[in-house]
Amino acid sequence: MTRRTPIATGSDWNFDVLERYERAIAALADEYRLDTYPNQIEIITSEQMMDAYSSVGMPIGYHHWSFGKQFLSVEQAYRRGQMGLAYELVINSDPCIAYLMEENSLMMQVLVIAHACYGHNSFFKGNYLFKAWTDASAIVDYLDFARKYVDQCEERHGVEAVEQLLDACHALQNYGVDRYKRPSPISAEAESLRQAEREAYLQTQINTLWRTIPMPTGHAQVPAAHDDDNDPLGLHRHGRYPSEPQENLLYFLEKNAPLLEPWQREIVRIVRKLAQYFYPQRQTQVMNEGWATFWHYTLMNRMYDDGLIDEGVMIEFLQSHTAVVSQPGFDSPYFNGINPYALGFAMFRDIRRICETPTDEDREWFPDIAGSDWLETLHFAMQNFKDESFIQQFLSPQVIRDLKLFSLVDDDRDDSLQVEAIHDDRGYRRVREALSIQYALSAREPNIQVWEADIRGDRSLTLRHVQDRRRPLAQTLFPVMRHLHQLWGFPVRLESLDGGEIVRRYEWPIPDPARESA
Amino acid sequence: MSYFIDRRPNARNKSAVNRQRFLQRYRSHIKRAVEESVNRRSITDMERGEQVSIPTRDISEPSFQHGPGGRRTIVSPGNREFAEGDRIRRPGGSGGGGSGDGQASNQGDGVDEFAFTLSREEFLDFVFDGLALPHLERKQLKSMAETRPVRAGISREGVPARINIVRSMREAHARRIGMRAPLKRALREAQAALENEERKDPVLRNPARVEALKAEIERLEKRIVAIPFLDTFDLRYNHLSHQPMPSNQAVMFCVMDVSGSMTQAHKDIGKRFFLLLYLFLERNYERVELVFVRHHTVAKEVDEEEFFYSRETGGTIVSSALSLVDELIEARYSPQLWNLYVAQASDGDNWDDDSSTCMALLEESLMPKLQYFTYVEITPHAHQALWSAYETIQSHHPERFAMQQIVQADDIYPVFRKLFRQRTSA
Repeated sequence: MTRRTPIATGSDWNFDVLERYERAIAALADEYRLDTYPNQIEIITSEQMMDAYSSVGMPIGYHHWSFGKQFLSVEQAYRRGQMGLAYELVINSDPCIAYLMEENSLMMQVLVIAHACYGHNSFFKGNYLFKAWTDASAIVDYLDFARKYVDQCEERHGVEAVEQLLDACHALQNYGVDRYKRPSPISAEAESLRQAEREAYLQTQINTLWRTIPMPTGHAQVPAAHDDDNDPLGLHRHGRYPSEPQENLLYFLEKNAPLLEPWQREIVRIVRKLAQYFYPQRQTQVMNEGWATFWHYTLMNRMYDDGLIDEGVMIEFLQSHTAVVSQPGFDSPYFNGINPYALGFAMFRDIRRICETPTDEDREWFPDIAGSDWLETLHFAMQNFKDESFIQQFLSPQVIRDLKLFSLVDDDRDDSLQVEAIHDDRGYRRVREALSIQYALSAREPNIQVWEADIRGDRSLTLRHVQDRRRPLAQTLFPVMRHLHQLWGFPVRLESLDGGEIVRRYEWPIPDPARESA
Repeated sequence: MSYFIDRRPNARNKSAVNRQRFLQRYRSHIKRAVEESVNRRSITDMERGEQVSIPTRDISEPSFQHGPGGRRTIVSPGNREFAEGDRIRRPGGSGGGGSGDGQASNQGDGVDEFAFTLSREEFLDFVFDGLALPHLERKQLKSMAETRPVRAGISREGVPARINIVRSMREAHARRIGMRAPLKRALREAQAALENEERKDPVLRNPARVEALKAEIERLEKRIVAIPFLDTFDLRYNHLSHQPMPSNQAVMFCVMDVSGSMTQAHKDIGKRFFLLLYLFLERNYERVELVFVRHHTVAKEVDEEEFFYSRETGGTIVSSALSLVDELIEARYSPQLWNLYVAQASDGDNWDDDSSTCMALLEESLMPKLQYFTYVEITPHAHQALWSAYETIQSHHPERFAMQQIVQADDIYPVFRKLFRQRTSA
């Protein structure tokens, strides 16, 4: 390999230099078979970066006070120097939009191009979750549609009405995904074309659901547990509605809430669709950052080896990279949970090590990949896993030892904490299991599903929460119930189950004891 | 394939709408914080933004979350001394502690206040929210002495400097077309006739007619050439009409008693009041001038520094200051051009017979010219003669004369708000 002269030195950059670096990185990325969407690299100021932050990186978004709150808090932290802004922000879209801050040094810009435009970008394009749940080519158009639609609604129905509706939807936005069903991709064009049609159709559906004419009895299957003596007319013979519990609360509300206007259903749908777009990102943080960090590290080193960057840039890079992947211990004042960059980077590097120079331990733990082609294996790992399964599959004893991971059991029935496993032979599997669960969405978010809509009785909606290892719901559930009640329009109930038994009940609005006793 | 875009020239304030939505939503919280800070702040300090805190629970965006309790397993890095089976005392004693899985939301536990900074503009907006200058409108209609030239279309007369060249050339072009048309038509007819004549057999040709036609053609051609390219008739001028212009400048007279009975504390209170009024006027007028008049037994126009900080002793004659203000108005600030405001601060002391003089002076010469007169009396004691004299004036001019008593610094802002609160005009 011939050493070439560096493309540029020093810390100043200009567009010409960036383009030449970009081409160099693209050529290397091609060698490593990184398959990416086209890159749209935008240079922005720090103020624009704060704007981008507050809209979760979306280039356009509907207006809502919560984004203003986000902006104010970012601005405050930034002004006081408590927080540096990210050097880049990248959007899962086709073309893949990456924001670079103008005050970045040359090294930073090159690093960021490698990290975002080739690391994250190839992850967005290759990972199965993103493939299944998002449509990169449609998102920007869809956001545009959403913004225009919300604007129109504000004009027609008032800012306040729309704001309240969005508040309620945002409270439930983590429950806007069918985890086990493949969604249809979102397309802005089709959305707006179908939108009017859908409005009309949906309303007729709702009317059918809530009509008061009794259904003809007989052909419906009678639930076995039903007591006919208490229900001689067979009013309850049709079983529960919905017949299966529904985990997608927003979808259920959009289709079934009796009192929502068509435009309100559409807004519920918009929030749901956007939640779906972010769903893969919530589950692949470690992998996504680890993958991008692995590639900026690899690409920068390659460029240095090829002589495209000089020692000065390289040293600056190493310093910055070290800061990014540092993992303070749990007792450090800087500890703020596990750093996804550190964990992800360590794991991807470790996979490469296992492939290239496997030890006996690796051969025992990873017989499939020890000694295999590292690039092949890395791509396979990137494409087919999410954080939970990635850790379950690839977290090696080596990484557990390096990070000195240990697992601690916190049980409220026990007056002290117990160290369950540490980085030793007895503990590796248990640490790995526990860490994998820690990243599972099902353990991070309470499991809440729609259990029953009492369509023949008081029209109340009942949700069921299945407790995960006796963990109760936080107090925030009351405001969320209030929001849910706003959307449903009739009383909402929540039952908390542990081991199949209802251990707590919540209800909104809070039942009036005077009326009940009467 | 990649391409670069330089977005830096784009608009920066993409979040402005969302920011305003947030401020609107938490209006009452922010207003409370602003009012507290106005009372707390020193006077020179008004011109910057303010940090505002709102309790986090009031602005949280709720979602279903795990609460403390139950059994959970937490994996952490950096183990040094623990071995399997070790038991550790629960830190902090609070059952289970915060969410230990490192996924706590960004407005996580322990932060009780959501703090952010209002810009200076936003801060002053909140300070003056709901306040209005009395009779701003009426004054603007009344004082139409000043005019400014406004474009008012096109006219046929004017001075050469205001020729509208495009319109003039257009007129000339139209005129030329219009005047040439009949001549050209006649010319074409004559030429056709001539051609017709000449095509005839020489025997049948009428030489006299040929001659006549040729003469006619020549005459017409001359006439066409003679049509002027530009005639005085074509000239058009930009027309300016003089429109009365509402006065957009104000002068504020700060009148303060500096006699022995006024302590520095009194003066500071007065200063705050003046400052609020000044900031308020500044937001409503393009230009605000300040005139400081201090008085004990005689009045004197002074600069700001001297106004607030020099010490004087002696008795008090309020009318001396009022007549000086009147003189200054006559000399420098014609009511035709200026919106006049007087703010007076005093401890209520006055020379015994002077109050009736003040009353006469105000009633006869000052009040007709003034936009608004505010009087604040800084005293915890009973009112004296000046107060009752002013009360009489207030009853004559309830709309333009305001007076309030201030006991301590905290009262200023509420009093100020009371004086300038928005009145729904009947």
